Amino acid sequence: MSAAPAVRIFEHQALVYRRVWRGTVFISFVTPTLFLAAMGLGLGSIVDANNPGGVGGVSYLAFLAPGLLLATAMQTAAFESTWPVMAGIVWLRTYDAMLATPASVRDIILGHLAWVTVRLTMVAGVFIAVMFAFGAVTSPLAVLAILPAVLTGLAFAAPITAFAATQKNDSGFNVLFRFGITPLFIFSGTFFPITQLPDFVQPIAYLTPLYHGVALARDLALGTLEPVSAAVHLAVLIGFVIAGYLAAMWTFRRRLEK
Amino acid sequence: MSAVNGPLIAARHLTKRFGTFTAVDAVDFDVAPGEAFGFLGPNGAGKTSTMRMIACVSPRTDGELQVLNMDPDSQGAMIRARLGVVPQQDTLDMELTVEENLIIYGRYFDLSYAEARRRTQELLEFVQLHERRKDEVEPLSGGMKRRLTIARSLINEPDLLLLDEPTTGLDPQARHLLWDRLYRLKQRGVTLVLTTHYMDEAEQLCDRLVVMDKAKIVAEGSPRQLIDRYSTREVLELRFRTDEDASLNGRLDGLAERTEQLPDRVLLYTSDGDATASAIHERGIQPESMLVRRSTLEDVFLRLTGRTLVE
Repeated sequence: MSAAPAVRIFEHQALVYRRVWRGTVFISFVTPTLFLAAMGLGLGSIVDANNPGGVGGVSYLAFLAPGLLLATAMQTAAFESTWPVMAGIVWLRTYDAMLATPASVRDIILGHLAWVTVRLTMVAGVFIAVMFAFGAVTSPLAVLAILPAVLTGLAFAAPITAFAATQKNDSGFNVLFRFGITPLFIFSGTFFPITQLPDFVQPIAYLTPLYHGVALARDLALGTLEPVSAAVHLAVLIGFVIAGYLAAMWTFRRRLEK
Repeated sequence: MSAVNGPLIAARHLTKRFGTFTAVDAVDFDVAPGEAFGFLGPNGAGKTSTMRMIACVSPRTDGELQVLNMDPDSQGAMIRARLGVVPQQDTLDMELTVEENLIIYGRYFDLSYAEARRRTQELLEFVQLHERRKDEVEPLSGGMKRRLTIARSLINEPDLLLLDEPTTGLDPQARHLLWDRLYRLKQRGVTLVLTTHYMDEAEQLCDRLVVMDKAKIVAEGSPRQLIDRYSTREVLELRFRTDEDASLNGRLDGLAERTEQLPDRVLLYTSDGDATASAIHERGIQPESMLVRRSTLEDVFLRLTGRTLVE
């Protein structure tokens, strides 16, 4: 074997993507542009006028941008790990076709996650470019925020991939987005610091990957990184990736290797 | 590619259980290199489960299984590298074109892009889809999709081709074209293993077959052997008007080796249909219609697996 079959699964994703890339690149420019313009500049001008000290010491736009970057990474990861996985298992059964070759369930999961990593890098890269264009960053080191963005995306992609393989149809995905992804988007410190939340809700935020990713990205973008808390954030995110990968191995085997 | 000594597939007491349901119950069979081997049986007989175990995508519950002299449990990927699989339902990638489907499939088998392209052009010609190579898959007809699936299964030049109900749902023209292609593959020395519930397909393609019913193998042999063993050379089919039907009781006794009374007709299994027909006339019985035909696998099949509808 010259290359792991997982690489071939990745190639398949890339080949499919070749036909749709224009649309997705356009969307990955439009989303941050609209959000940063409306929320960062529009809403931000009111917030900043009433908060001479800024939010967490910076302008609202500078506070918002890293959080929004991470939330967008989460959303991208969730999209890429729900409907496409359902297509592979149920709608097109492309996973069955792959499993008739030397590829295994592990290769499919690894190839899928590798592809999600590339998609996250693209989306986060474009997002950060837009952040610079808006002047939403205070240091050039903000480019490093791409790392927590991709890692946080994977921390969602892996467990959601495992979940997707347990579903008979896509109605569960709507529930996931409505009661999982959207509330996290809003409440995980993206638009306001989570210290603004009621005390009893705050511990829940600490359990989600998004909170840790946002904290990491904000510290990087604003240059306030501390080794100990950064290590904790990293450990939580990596823990989600590993746990999600193992869960996906289990749910894929149950579904595809009957 | 190493030569295989002995059977390409050897199964002993091969068993598959899903919870408490036994899908395949301790079956034994061998498939020799170069032969076309069939699993014949009604729906739910265990054919597909058996095929999935051979294809190394479904672990066996019990028993022994060797495919290409390897163990599917520990050497699944190496076995699959030398198999071609045509699944019951098409698993083509609707997001790719006809030729992209084959090229990427070749990549799964670690072919270089150049080699995958070369084989793709060759195979698309073989299945007569060359003109459609740049097209989307979705608008292709059922027969074309099947042919594309068969082309895809050949991209790794397999030693063993597994076909699960290859012509189900196709029109007669498409079926005959497919049979022709499969026959050519067989002539090239490719070993074929197929499941079907079409008797004509089994008679056309299979050198040897097993009949499965309720998770077990109930008979094994060539189509000819099975007909000789489980049926007679000919069958005489009689139709009566309904009022006559009831008054027959016992008047057909002793005319044939076996008599089967169906709601709409009576079947007499006999070695000489014409002689039996004369004997009926001599007894003064006047059926509405009489038809002498040769026994087919269908007679064997129905005798072994019964006439009850399997839903």
